[in-house]
Amino acid sequence: MMSEKAFLIRSSPHLNDKDSVPKIMYAVVLSLLPAVLASVYFFRLRALALYGTCVFTCLVTEALFLYLRKKPLRSLWDGSAVITGFLLAMILPPSLSITSAAIGSVVAISFGKQVFGGLGHNIFNPALVGRAFLQAAFPVSMTTWIPPITLKINTATFASPLGNLKFQDAISEGTLTPIKDLFFGNIGGSLGETSALALLLGALFLLFKKVIDWRIPAGIIASLSVFTGVFWVFQPGNFAAPHFHILAGGLLIGAFYMATDMVTSPITPVGTWIFAGGIGIMVGLIRLFGGFPEGVMYSILFMNCFVPLLNKFTRPRILGERKKK
Amino acid sequence: MRARTFPRGVHPPELKQYSSSKKIEIMPPPEKVLIPLLQHFGNPAKSLVKKGDKVLLGQMIGEASTLFSAPVHASVSGKVLSTDDHIHPSGSPVPTVTIANDGQDCAFFSGEKTADPLILDQEEIRQKVKAAGIVGMGGAGFPTSVKLTPPKDKPIDTVIINGCECEPLLTADHRIMMEFPEDILLGAQVVKKAVGAQRIIIGIEDNKQDALQTIQKAIQENTMEAVLLKTKYPQGAEKNLVYALLNREVPRGGLPFDVGVVVQNVATVKAIWDALSRNKPLYERVITVSGSGICDPKNLSVRIGTSFQEVIDFCGGSKQDNNVMIMGGPMMGLAQWSPLVPVVKGTSGILLWSDPAPHKEYTCIRCARCVQHCPMSLVPTQLMKLARYEHLKEAEANGILDCVECGCCQYVCPAEIPLVHWIRLGKNQVVSQKRKKSA
Repeated sequence: MMSEKAFLIRSSPHLNDKDSVPKIMYAVVLSLLPAVLASVYFFRLRALALYGTCVFTCLVTEALFLYLRKKPLRSLWDGSAVITGFLLAMILPPSLSITSAAIGSVVAISFGKQVFGGLGHNIFNPALVGRAFLQAAFPVSMTTWIPPITLKINTATFASPLGNLKFQDAISEGTLTPIKDLFFGNIGGSLGETSALALLLGALFLLFKKVIDWRIPAGIIASLSVFTGVFWVFQPGNFAAPHFHILAGGLLIGAFYMATDMVTSPITPVGTWIFAGGIGIMVGLIRLFGGFPEGVMYSILFMNCFVPLLNKFTRPRILGERKKK
Repeated sequence: MRARTFPRGVHPPELKQYSSSKKIEIMPPPEKVLIPLLQHFGNPAKSLVKKGDKVLLGQMIGEASTLFSAPVHASVSGKVLSTDDHIHPSGSPVPTVTIANDGQDCAFFSGEKTADPLILDQEEIRQKVKAAGIVGMGGAGFPTSVKLTPPKDKPIDTVIINGCECEPLLTADHRIMMEFPEDILLGAQVVKKAVGAQRIIIGIEDNKQDALQTIQKAIQENTMEAVLLKTKYPQGAEKNLVYALLNREVPRGGLPFDVGVVVQNVATVKAIWDALSRNKPLYERVITVSGSGICDPKNLSVRIGTSFQEVIDFCGGSKQDNNVMIMGGPMMGLAQWSPLVPVVKGTSGILLWSDPAPHKEYTCIRCARCVQHCPMSLVPTQLMKLARYEHLKEAEANGILDCVECGCCQYVCPAEIPLVHWIRLGKNQVVSQKRKKSA
């Protein structure tokens, strides 16, 4: 006779696939590895120091908030704070001081995530909130770029490809950064955004594992291509080509790793397309006509605001639902 | 032939290999049967017997109380021991007729072949189906006679015979198709006649190619067709099946009647044929006993009212310490806490396994997997939140009543949120609020 107490009573379904929140988070961390390694190759100790600082500070801040909010400390190891740490470091200038990076990390976790109620409740991408704060607090050091060590140039500062395009008339001077350098990463820029190849390797892994929604990078790249393409076709002397815009700056890391943050992107298919299209067009607007050379961060944060609205107004058509006349 | 299907859904491990090649075995009737008077969707049957009465095999012991009800029959011959409440697979106690088996199996009906049932008229078919106590045997237990009575203003053109058996582990329908293809096709013709349809489509998933071939070989009429469907869950859900086979969408809140379709499960049509050709009421059924905790998984023909414990013992007992016992399939089945519950008309399977680590629930990270897999195109995570915080109006507007509780959302949820539980709760609240308003 089987004992009667031993059976679990629970609601169906009684099966679950093997995926879990921590598995998703650590898959993202794993996917960042090629870009992290590339940045360590290009910037050596500076890179290691920034990654260490950001990841450590994010974890400490997360732990502190979990303690203050009387939440189980196991959430610390769900992987989300680690991702924020890595992503924030990757979008900081390699020359930024350790102190500034630590401040950015505290802001990212506290004001980007925990004040909303922690993982799953935040409106804005935490890493971008941290970076936006640093941009306002330390405008000079946040826009000062150093050349990668591999270039063996001994200058203190160095223009990023987009800065070069915006402020140095790179197109007419013929000094536009070659596509090959953008692709492999031998350029100035934020820590993790320099090598398009490394970012794409990780992104392929995420797409293959279906961790990220392909619509988001596809929508961003398509809308930015169309937007910048129109200007480039008519005035190639004044505007850079779409593939330059896709490979330069933070577009790829933004499209594959920032905008795809599940918590801060829409859950409906139509909403996702609008979200992605909006980001691509905003990036184009800022880069072509704005005061800043780069606009990926503000574009994603801006479109993050619309996510609840998009979810509300783009509900999929239920099976058997008649179209409204 | 390309397998047809519906959009979205999931593909859990099939796990049918334990029992798919095992022939249906007849389990000897137990010494005592417990026959609940409620084994269907609707109102309980009214008891026709009292303690001490002698009953015969197949004798009606509970009569249908209303239109939405079904009679129940004795599954052994012997003496009524009690008519008190007893635990039921649904979880709450139900008036139950307990019969001590005298071992004689003295039948109340002749069991001889009747005249060709296909000459009966529509009303006679319905009466006989109702008298035999037949209900949907896929699990929901909707009284079959009601399903054979389409409203006059809704002409029916197609009968779909559901041979999908999309739930993992279950193989009972598969075996019925392999071993009784003629009975299924004859039963399907009875259904076709009862609803005045012109054609019959039998839908079978492509993990049961042998069943498809068996059925195809048995088909003789050109109004019948066996169609291959992709192995995907919930292929056998009525609305998704109608869409996959006919590309018709059952309207929200509607029934397959609304698009000219009647759907019947293979086990149900076989029971219909047994009832009409041999006057045999529904007192036994084929179930799958499987799962990693069962020593010798089987497909069994079992008398209604046999306790789960006896069925499991007949299959060699349990292998290890199991903590999960399910009636039905693993996706939509009901968890059982007591092995003393009886097999009822809607029991398609008894599953036993051990689940060592109860899952940890995380907060929703809005990954949208539930949205990407919902076969009804709902937004489960949103419905879950609306139900949880009792925003019932908004939940209704967003389709909470369209949920078929198939469990795809929860299956793919990486945060392991009991989505179906919350949505089910929300549905109940919405329905009871509506009732209050209309009252």
